[in-house]
Amino acid sequence: MSSTGKEPVAVVGVGQTRHAAARRDVSLAGLVREAALRALEDAGADWADIDAVVIGKAPDFFEGVMRPELYLADALGAVGKPMLRVHTAGSVGGSTALVAANLVAARVHRTVLTLAFEKQSESNAMWGLSLPVPFQQPLLAGAGGFFAPHVRAYMRRTGAPDHIGAVVACKDRRNALKNPYAHLHEEDITLEKVRSSPMLWDPIRYAETCPSSDGACAMVLTDRTGAGRAPGPAAWVHGGAMRSEPTLFAGKDAVSPRAGSDCAADVYRQAGITDPRREIDAVEMYVPFSWYEPMWLENLGFAEPGEGWRLTESGATALDGDLPVNPSGGVLSTNPIGASGMLRFAEAALQVRGRAGEHQVKDARTALGHAYGGGSQFFSMWLVGDRPPAG
Amino acid sequence: MTTGASATGALSAPLVVEFPFTRSLGPVQSAFLTGLRERTVLGVTAADGRTLVPPVEYDPVTAQELRTLVEVEPTGTVTTWTWNPAPRRGQPLARPFAWVLVRLDGADSALLHALDAPGGPASVRTGMRVRIRWAAERHGAITDIACFEPLDAGPADEDPPTAQPRPHDGEFADPVTGITAPARLDYTYTPGRAQSRFLAALRDRRTLGERCPACRKVYVPPRGACPTCGVATDEQVELGPAGTVTTFCVVNIKAKGLDIEVPYVYGHIALDGAGLALHGRIAGIPYDEVRMGLRVEPVWTEDSRYPDHYRPTGEPDADYESYKELL
Repeated sequence: MSSTGKEPVAVVGVGQTRHAAARRDVSLAGLVREAALRALEDAGADWADIDAVVIGKAPDFFEGVMRPELYLADALGAVGKPMLRVHTAGSVGGSTALVAANLVAARVHRTVLTLAFEKQSESNAMWGLSLPVPFQQPLLAGAGGFFAPHVRAYMRRTGAPDHIGAVVACKDRRNALKNPYAHLHEEDITLEKVRSSPMLWDPIRYAETCPSSDGACAMVLTDRTGAGRAPGPAAWVHGGAMRSEPTLFAGKDAVSPRAGSDCAADVYRQAGITDPRREIDAVEMYVPFSWYEPMWLENLGFAEPGEGWRLTESGATALDGDLPVNPSGGVLSTNPIGASGMLRFAEAALQVRGRAGEHQVKDARTALGHAYGGGSQFFSMWLVGDRPPAG
Repeated sequence: MTTGASATGALSAPLVVEFPFTRSLGPVQSAFLTGLRERTVLGVTAADGRTLVPPVEYDPVTAQELRTLVEVEPTGTVTTWTWNPAPRRGQPLARPFAWVLVRLDGADSALLHALDAPGGPASVRTGMRVRIRWAAERHGAITDIACFEPLDAGPADEDPPTAQPRPHDGEFADPVTGITAPARLDYTYTPGRAQSRFLAALRDRRTLGERCPACRKVYVPPRGACPTCGVATDEQVELGPAGTVTTFCVVNIKAKGLDIEVPYVYGHIALDGAGLALHGRIAGIPYDEVRMGLRVEPVWTEDSRYPDHYRPTGEPDADYESYKELL
């Protein structure tokens, strides 16, 4: 927005790998390369057009690459250029894109390649989440067990019926059938199959949890001039924000964290959005466990407190609803942790560029990408549109 | 676990983080490491014609994909070095050795490895001629090169051969496609004064929280400061012993490293007087009868630092309104 002196930021290239439980056919370098080349091709750009590289991945213990910026500089054409890494747990893919966008907005660089990745198959995230820290009581459950009590609290607070989580899981897995890059393609998924899958951490069932994936996602972000040269349409960044809060503190609302709603409010203010439900055409939100869809619908201002599940139940969040949520299939269908946030941001960009293929939301002109991480402690979001910001 | 306490009473203990990370190699590293197994050292031809050993998948200058493999010699020249007087666990040699960068004959870049130099540091110099000492058992790893050793001094020492790399298709029977890369980090963990006070009280089976002087909320376990107000907490408050189950889940799958029979209940427990919930296991009641609002108390075992679990007190359930702000 010129009124604030910022350079408008355009997403002109989006690329992602084929996601799978294990990509043993490629090294880490080969994995990130696959996503980066697709983003460059989409942008009609070459390595020489890139001024800086910003990458993100999940915490080091999740796959043990302590300094990927050293190891991956060759594969990402970063030699002789600035390269930096962002680190905010599961939200990192979103935060990474925002750091890259800010470099363009501030006119530090004109064109930035941003990329996030994870090879979950080469490590063990559950181990990474349960390090034996001395004196501390071990967490008595895995990631699902950590979040399941919050889901129960949501159900109690809102009176949501039991089947809402299954509705989300079924919808997202069906959307994934239209996304050739998605990890899970469950042709025969039904509501009944989700509801009869094993109960892992009551109230969360197996089919309501995200998979463990290998994959990467990349985007080329550029300024007004760069957007003018790009061969395809751009997605323009209208707002972007990050917020943090502790995992545990007296007064934390674990069902609807303050950091999440503050982050959304900041993005809407930047973008001039006053009624997100009506003004936003598609949403990619970070839903690793199905119940987080209605929870985030309330946290992000798409529904009044207590009403998120009704929006899901009504079918409004389906691909043909009036507020499609996770048209890509979401985290429930593809979860390379470090890349999961960027995949949300990238899908929002694909939607407003009209490049989402079979999972395109009709006439999507404004889309929100959302990520969260840690114990609901890091939030990052951006709002993109098919037109440059006014001003 | 060996634990200690400083003069201030703050505890510390070792924390070892160890994991065998795996790595898929991709085509170039796969050929390189499989080659080592077969006593063949492969490099890659870069865009500018240089031969890079060890090989890389992508050109360090142009970023283009590199796939043209070549074979170089098992002999080479030390380009620089440093002496390692006290080898650590996991290093290539147990006795003092030199870390060397070796440009193998036919290569234009150098490989990092160990040089076995029985003559000590005085026997090592830049420009010295060395050769690979192969490991007796080779599996397709950089350790298939046991180390380098000095080449017998001779005319070659003054005048290194100008060997040319030879083309190689990189094809081997039964190629190595992945490696295991064990990682180990040794930390000393110090939980700090506030948590040390908390742990000391736990030894007497008392739970001590700390109150924020600004917002008056009570933190447990205390962390020494209120993250909302940003001020130190120092007023200690004894909590419980009873509390209320604010929320919970029923765990039906075994968690890694935990020896608890499933199903069991993992709960959030707000001890009476606390500003936030702790977590713990709920037992002494059938798992499908646990509910939000259940009143519980800690059950200790002889040797446990924390309560083993919480069991119902038999009191009437707490009203939802009384704990809903703690969810």
